[in-house]
Amino acid sequence: MSSYSRGLRGLTIATVATIAAALALVFFYAPLDADQGFIQKIFYVHVPLAIVSLCGFVLGGLFAVGHLRTGDRRWDMRSYVAIHMSLIFTVGGLITGSIWAKASWGHWWEWSDPTLVSYLIVFLLYATYQPLRFSIEDPERQARYASVFAVVAGAFVPMNFIAVRLSQGFVHPRVLTLTGGRLPGSMQLTFGISLLGIALLFATLWKYELAAKSTRMQLRRLRRAVLGEDAVRPLGRSAAPS
Amino acid sequence: MRTVLTVLRKDLLLELRTFETLPAMILFSVSTFVVFHFALDQSTIAGQLAAGVLTATLLFAGLLGVNRLFVAEREQGGFDGFLLAPVDRSALLVAKAAALFIFLVVLEVVALPAFALLLLGPSLGPPLGGVVVLLVLADLALAVIGTLVSAIAIRTRARDLIGPIIALPLLIPALIATAEGAGPLLAVHGHTFPEGRWLLILALYDLVFALLAYAVFDFLLED
Repeated sequence: MSSYSRGLRGLTIATVATIAAALALVFFYAPLDADQGFIQKIFYVHVPLAIVSLCGFVLGGLFAVGHLRTGDRRWDMRSYVAIHMSLIFTVGGLITGSIWAKASWGHWWEWSDPTLVSYLIVFLLYATYQPLRFSIEDPERQARYASVFAVVAGAFVPMNFIAVRLSQGFVHPRVLTLTGGRLPGSMQLTFGISLLGIALLFATLWKYELAAKSTRMQLRRLRRAVLGEDAVRPLGRSAAPS
Repeated sequence: MRTVLTVLRKDLLLELRTFETLPAMILFSVSTFVVFHFALDQSTIAGQLAAGVLTATLLFAGLLGVNRLFVAEREQGGFDGFLLAPVDRSALLVAKAAALFIFLVVLEVVALPAFALLLLGPSLGPPLGGVVVLLVLADLALAVIGTLVSAIAIRTRARDLIGPIIALPLLIPALIATAEGAGPLLAVHGHTFPEGRWLLILALYDLVFALLAYAVFDFLLED
């Protein structure tokens, strides 16, 4: 058992329970939105997905700082898994955002919403993370360059949001403020539980992938020790740390 | 500081003797203006459209320079030579960014009049000062980010592809500020100076990425 699998069962159960509670609250407790009706409920999935994926990107940058400072490859693996999970969450966030835009504004894409546009730019930047890794063969250098990318991109995330907001912020008021200023209490509670559920889901998946990766590495080490160096085929070129 | 000047002098001398990069960038920008003329089917443009055409063209022409920035170092062992020398490694970042900045300024000295001549409807005279301030700030952003990305991409297999796909999203905020700032300047009877917030965004962007590049550049040279 690797250290990543410790506490994984408890975390998984907590995640399932929180998401079930969040869904129950979304459908049975939170009131229908006066303007948008039922479709507004996608807000409880879309916004948490967006927040968690952006935090995941920044987290990937912080892990990468750890890698650059210590040279320990495990930090690179943490950074890789955080970024790659966030990328999947981002695709989910973009799709749900697009559905919401279609339902409330009538278009699949809305350029006048600065948050959605910044989100797309961040997605486009991080979509180059895997091609960059795949394009470098030496694993040592791959880890180092990927970390440099993760640090720069992690700092870019907030910068980008500021720049895009400033470019449009004076024209378009925000519909939903995250401080909850205009949300009724029942919606705030539902939103909070949903956010917690998605954050827990991210943490669980992150731990699962790290546990799987480190177990596989351990298995290879053991096989090599038992069967000899030649019996275990070398890994092919890969974008993932190994 | 002496190292920076030496490397910068080497790069400028190399360009002067070979004329490899700058003429290509200039030619590319002029051809792109012609492409835009036919693609938009307009003989003169103004306002936000003109600002967009100008910024996008300069951005893409700049990316050509970004792609070429470290080619001599990689092909002729300049990286090894630099690493063997007992000098501060950040000097390479500063020198390369300065070289790229100079290339961009020379590019604009030719491309801007060409743009005014070929496409721009209103006269470039009155807002020229404002446009120059905007472009200098944008060039700084492109020089810093371009150098950083070029240093990352040069060691990858698909270097010609990796460079631009990383650089473009990173440069979008700078592009937004430049294009939106230049829009009112290039309009008929437009403003003469860009709005302060665009200059502020660009300056902030330059500063943050300069510090960031300075912090991480050493890790790209360790080998």
